Amino acid sequence: MRLSVAGGIMLVLTLLLALRLSYLQVLSHTHFAMLSQANRIRPLPIPPPRGLILDRNGVVLASSYPVYTLEIVPEQVDDMKDLLKDLGKLVTITDSDLKQFNKQLRERPRFESLMLRTQLTDEEAARIAVQRPYLQGVELQARLQRHYPLGGLAVHALGYVGRINEAELERIDKSAYRGMRHIGKLGLEAAYEAPLLGKVGFEKVETNAHGRSLRNIERVAPVAGKILRLNLDAKLQALIEETLGKRRGAVIALDPRTGGVLAFVSTPTYDPNRFVNGIDPTTYRSLLDNPDKPLINRALNGQYSPGSTIKTFLGLAALETDQQKFDYRHQVVCPGFFTLPGSVHQFRDWKKNGHGMVSLREAIQQSCDIYFYRLAVTIGPDAIKEFLQPFGFGAKTGVDINGESEGILPSPAWKEARKQKWYPGETVVMGIGQGQLIVTPLQLADAMSAIANNGVRPKPRLVHAIEDAKTKAQRIVEPEFCPELPLKNKIHLSQLTEYLTAVAHTQQGTAYGIGYNAPYKIAGKTGTAQVKSVAQGQTYNENMVPERFRDHALFISFAPANDPQVAVSVIVENGGHGGSAAAPIARKVMDYVILGKITATSPAAPGATLDNDE
Amino acid sequence: MNFQRLHIDKSLFYALLVLAGLSVLAVYSASGKELSVAISHSMRLLLGFAVMLGVAQVRPEIFERWSPYLFIVGLMLLVAVLVVGTIGKGAQRWLHFGIVTFQPSEIMKLALPMMLAWYLARADLPPTLFRLIVGFIIAAVPSAFIAKQPDLGTAALVFAAGAFTLFLAGMRWKIIILVFSAIAAAMPVVWNFMHGYQRHRILTLLNPEADPLGSGYHTIQSMIAVGSGGFYGKGWLNSSQAHLEYLPEAATDFIFAVFAEEFGLIGSLILLALYLFIALRAMLIAFYAQDAYSRLLAGGLALIFFFSFFVNIGMVVGILPIVGVPLPVMSYGGTSIVTVMSAFGILMSIQTHRRIVEQ
Repeated sequence: MRLSVAGGIMLVLTLLLALRLSYLQVLSHTHFAMLSQANRIRPLPIPPPRGLILDRNGVVLASSYPVYTLEIVPEQVDDMKDLLKDLGKLVTITDSDLKQFNKQLRERPRFESLMLRTQLTDEEAARIAVQRPYLQGVELQARLQRHYPLGGLAVHALGYVGRINEAELERIDKSAYRGMRHIGKLGLEAAYEAPLLGKVGFEKVETNAHGRSLRNIERVAPVAGKILRLNLDAKLQALIEETLGKRRGAVIALDPRTGGVLAFVSTPTYDPNRFVNGIDPTTYRSLLDNPDKPLINRALNGQYSPGSTIKTFLGLAALETDQQKFDYRHQVVCPGFFTLPGSVHQFRDWKKNGHGMVSLREAIQQSCDIYFYRLAVTIGPDAIKEFLQPFGFGAKTGVDINGESEGILPSPAWKEARKQKWYPGETVVMGIGQGQLIVTPLQLADAMSAIANNGVRPKPRLVHAIEDAKTKAQRIVEPEFCPELPLKNKIHLSQLTEYLTAVAHTQQGTAYGIGYNAPYKIAGKTGTAQVKSVAQGQTYNENMVPERFRDHALFISFAPANDPQVAVSVIVENGGHGGSAAAPIARKVMDYVILGKITATSPAAPGATLDNDE
Repeated sequence: MNFQRLHIDKSLFYALLVLAGLSVLAVYSASGKELSVAISHSMRLLLGFAVMLGVAQVRPEIFERWSPYLFIVGLMLLVAVLVVGTIGKGAQRWLHFGIVTFQPSEIMKLALPMMLAWYLARADLPPTLFRLIVGFIIAAVPSAFIAKQPDLGTAALVFAAGAFTLFLAGMRWKIIILVFSAIAAAMPVVWNFMHGYQRHRILTLLNPEADPLGSGYHTIQSMIAVGSGGFYGKGWLNSSQAHLEYLPEAATDFIFAVFAEEFGLIGSLILLALYLFIALRAMLIAFYAQDAYSRLLAGGLALIFFFSFFVNIGMVVGILPIVGVPLPVMSYGGTSIVTVMSAFGILMSIQTHRRIVEQ
């Protein structure tokens, strides 16, 4: 019974198709036959130019310019080997061009036009144009190519475009990409793909029976992609990248009032232009195998222990903690080591003989470890986690590019979920930013911005405005902020800022080297993150350790302390000490932003001990 | 040749053979007389027939025993596709296993009817309301995964197959009407969840001229191809729409347009009749099946085959939105051929093993 109903439905629906076919093929046949004849007119897509990416001063970071490309439609070619040989006599074809072409030849349909060479010189293009009648299946095309005029500058923020691949082809609306071969793959190019893309135009072209164009009938102009105006300052970016030089590291400079990203540095960089038309395997291999890992976005994904920079935030925790429990006004004895009750294990201070009697101010100024061991053990890991969370640790900052890492904000519950036990020692080392706690440079700069911006943390924004290429109408990307830090008393923020200022402006401060001659006040904190642990009873001697295992140098700061304009985080991998390796870079950034000048490396401070800190 | 001993259903076998022959002609023409494409299509058909004959040797009880496992494996593969897709940041329908690449959603076209038949046949028919609800969930979960890829066409197809299996099991009419009203009520919600381009396709179906370069262009060009074919057609290899490349995806999703242009109304009606014959023959196998599992499975497979070609041809003649569902057996592209032919293998197994039991 049910089966016959189903059979009946099949019959009826098939009849419906048959009726529709009769309608199309008999009743409307004349109409469609005419259309088929008239189908000598075909729409050809005109790809729009992709939107420019400009820095805050209008410096071009990414543009599109027309290039001649040499393309081949394989199905029209009788003897590919012969043709390639002939073409080789007209234009230069390198081995890597050939390799790329052969790869496409294997993967793409034979009727598609495949690129053999791009960026032909005018002379080469002319030579091909003259010979074209004898070159069956060869096409000379003018195409727009993405170009990054400053090469590797800010590549980790910009990203790059590349050929549309199979997976993307499935995902995108193909009609929006007609006549286009590229799509944003990474960074801003991917995150702002929609506004950058523009709208494809088309012209109706009359063709003969073989499909060759005869004349244009109608033209709908493409709409150019929108212009991205960044908060980033290319000059500042270049200054930092140059300063870091061959060192591996990351620097983030934020405007704490808006979250605008002034500099987004991860070194080493690489040249995004090589990715645009598909990177050749040898170059790609060498990038992958490079021990400095240039492809890694250290600013966005770098996994670093914050080291002593975490004392900034724990210092605020000390101010905020109930004075019954931990009174920051009391002085703590620092004998140079700390032991947990019932244990013989010594947690050492970076200064072998200790700092003597220290208050919170001195503990931050001189980066005393013992003080913060004691603080961490007193308030406990859960309270530390609760306190650090609103600063954005362990979560994405919400920057406007994809693929950001969350870092790790550990707690006993977090370890329990991973079937691991929380050891008392982990609480101790959390006080100095070691152990499982993992942060990214972007998180550090953003957390520092929260302090600079009176407790309100901004979401980092690379893009300042999206501008229409034709009307120049701008849509400003409005700053976004996280909920205010849940502080008991806001006075504590200024108190903390004063202690942080002592780091750079007093002789015992670990960053006195950059503060003593600064014409404005710097609030900052140095840090040194261990890469290799030092065994009990041993001392760490930088000169005895291979470079890869040397400590990472960190510095986080904002300035001017009374009216913050810039927050900076600096990490120099295996750089040694935060005060000597990382802080001078931050100083350069602040000089640039606040004084508008590029300074030479500052001379050593009189009497300053640059090899301070942990 | 003793078809019975070889577990071959004679009428299905011959009908499929004719269909395969026509498909090679159509693919050759639609690909722009590309011999290599026609040859590779033939090889896939050959593989498809081999798989069908192999599957036909397996006794239905074995399918029944393995149904839940196949379903679970299919589900896991769908999840895997989604996970891989997230990493790749985009729609992913494919899984790569070394050199072999395939679409897990295709497996579901087999695994879902098998699972539902297995589940429903474990108790008396007609099923209780509780079993019906569980059945709906079984059908909805893989469909949701497939829709998430996003592949709305296949998702709708898989879900429809599940729903019809439930219908065959003896769902009461009252419930059917209720479900249909629920679906109608859910439409605005579905609309909200659709991607922009999916909405776009549905809108352009209503007014193809609105987007002459995008999806409307496909519909217009495909209707021109079909309509200009007329009563007798333009003759084999004379499809100007395909050869001047006005027709997109001529060899795959729009192969029927090429066929209709070249062979006219006569050819299209013959092809339609052939498809209907195969679907009805499959239905008849369901009718004769001896146990509940075989009957439900055969019915489900028959319906999924029917809806595959109905949706595809409906799309080509402009009465359904363009969803990118291939025409079974005819379309160039290997993944679906193997699953379609396995389905016929199962049908033949159900048909031929039955008679042996009778003897």
